[in-house]
Amino acid sequence: MVPSFINLDSKTSLPIRQGFGDGLLEAGKIHDSVVALCADLTDSVKMTAFKDAFPHRFFEVGITEQNMSGVASGMASMGKVPFMASYAMFSPGRNWEQIRTTICYNDVNVKIVGAHAGVSVGPDGGTHQAIEDIALMRVLPRMTVVVPCDAEEARKATLAIANKNGSAYIRLAREKTSVFTTKETPFEIGKAYSVYDSGVKEGTKKVGIIACGTMVYHAILAAQKLDEEGYEVAVLNLHTIKPLDKDSVLFYARRFGKLVTGEEHQVAGGMGSAVAEFLAENNPVPIKFVGIRDQFGQSGTQDELFKHYKLTTVDIVEAAKSFI
Amino acid sequence: MIQTLTDEKVALLTQKANAIRQSIIKMLVEAGSGHTAGPLGMADIFTALYFHIMHQDPQNPTWKNRDRFILSNGHICPVLYAAMAHAGYLKVEELQTLRKFGTKLQGHPHREYFPALETSSGPLGSGLSQAIGMALADRLDNGIKSPLFFYTMLGDGELNEGQVWEAVLHAGKEKLRNIVAIVDRNNIQIDGYTEDVMPLEPLRDKWQAFNWHVQEIDGHNFHDIIAAVGEAQAVFDRPSVIIAHTTPGKGVKMFENDYKWHGMPPNKEQGEMALQELRKSLSE
Repeated sequence: MVPSFINLDSKTSLPIRQGFGDGLLEAGKIHDSVVALCADLTDSVKMTAFKDAFPHRFFEVGITEQNMSGVASGMASMGKVPFMASYAMFSPGRNWEQIRTTICYNDVNVKIVGAHAGVSVGPDGGTHQAIEDIALMRVLPRMTVVVPCDAEEARKATLAIANKNGSAYIRLAREKTSVFTTKETPFEIGKAYSVYDSGVKEGTKKVGIIACGTMVYHAILAAQKLDEEGYEVAVLNLHTIKPLDKDSVLFYARRFGKLVTGEEHQVAGGMGSAVAEFLAENNPVPIKFVGIRDQFGQSGTQDELFKHYKLTTVDIVEAAKSFI
Repeated sequence: MIQTLTDEKVALLTQKANAIRQSIIKMLVEAGSGHTAGPLGMADIFTALYFHIMHQDPQNPTWKNRDRFILSNGHICPVLYAAMAHAGYLKVEELQTLRKFGTKLQGHPHREYFPALETSSGPLGSGLSQAIGMALADRLDNGIKSPLFFYTMLGDGELNEGQVWEAVLHAGKEKLRNIVAIVDRNNIQIDGYTEDVMPLEPLRDKWQAFNWHVQEIDGHNFHDIIAAVGEAQAVFDRPSVIIAHTTPGKGVKMFENDYKWHGMPPNKEQGEMALQELRKSLSE
């Protein structure tokens, strides 16, 4: 069953990026030092509310993602807390080296906001579907990587990274998705939490599911199905890929002995890889990875693309059942 | 405001520049790798910045109201380190640790190891963007009449980078009057002469077209350098660029105007010859 702070009956659907926009506005009200930069996608990345509230603290940099990274770095070195936003494919897709050198290596407090991540971007097609960005960001020393599961969590995550000194990447999806977390749902950077737990069952098959972003909701639905079929199962919302919540991952590995990971990202270098790297050294268990397998995205609806790339509830259930 | 340049001050700056060049040679010989031509060519401009133009306090490198110096072409850092050492940011003896394990003086500047630096650089094209960010943040805090200036140094080969032109556009848009970019127009880059590798001319027109105030100077003449920065400071509606024509390897005949010295250090013998030439020119 789901904990009391998860509301699967929620009638609210919002794009995850909307939660970021709300969180940025709140962060701007709390901290005078918060500034926002955007590369010609202000409305799309939901910075308009911040721009209207704090016009002097909003900077339109045009379509200059590489320049934007340096400008944000310079602002941070003068004590500002810049949030720089574009589509994830362009930032951190195009400006990776600038982020590495002028932000992480230079150790300044810049927040990178990658919107329209994942194949759920849909009709725009593969050029606009960032499915490599977790890998690009988590490989950088000092970078915090957060992948919120819904708009409410994105709001909290935005406030949390504004409050935490250091470089951070927040990954946002485009399409409306169910807002199933609530004001009461806990959020702390680097602290994962369970969003479903069947409870302990004796003498039955067990599987743990670890998911992030848009896949958390699908993972809960998959867990419900597995629970009904007799499995002992739980779902961990691993919203922070880095720093990894080692205790929670270790707990899941020891309790279940088998894990399924789910993410709207390449299997190579993504969240599942981060889990696998840690467990291979500390507590090896078999893992099935639900994610994109060395392919590019394409045009289609979110449902069509999730089916095609095997990212649905059914795919998670099948992965869980495929352990020998 | 920049102080008037007296003959005595010119003589002092000439001595400082010579000492900085000697330090560069010693550092590079000891390190056994690094760039020779660029640092020697820029020694006069760094001397003018650190000993006449910029408001800084070496005893208090994080002083809030200091002018900022952002080195974009990080590979010429031996001249930055040497100028900073002679200005009092570190001991001159420490220059001999350049590029060695555990040094403050990383092969390309890394602020984590040497916090008196304003930034870390090496990959080309990023410095002007950072200067823009600093100047925009400063404008938020101190308004358009801020007393601070943001000096950023770029190589001419570096202007091949697309990011530079993104930043040139952006600074023009924001009319950042307290940004002073200095381009080291020494006409060489690793693969050869700039006009063969990727032609830049007409360079003045390019910057002008992006709404910058443009000056061209002899980058080895202290009167030129200081007058140009003074003029840049007096321009109120746009950022300024100073295209400084310099001789790569300046001060040592065997290094001058030869692109092979871009990324190569002198060996011990060549270093000794260079030092002799520099000492001699000082006594002339």
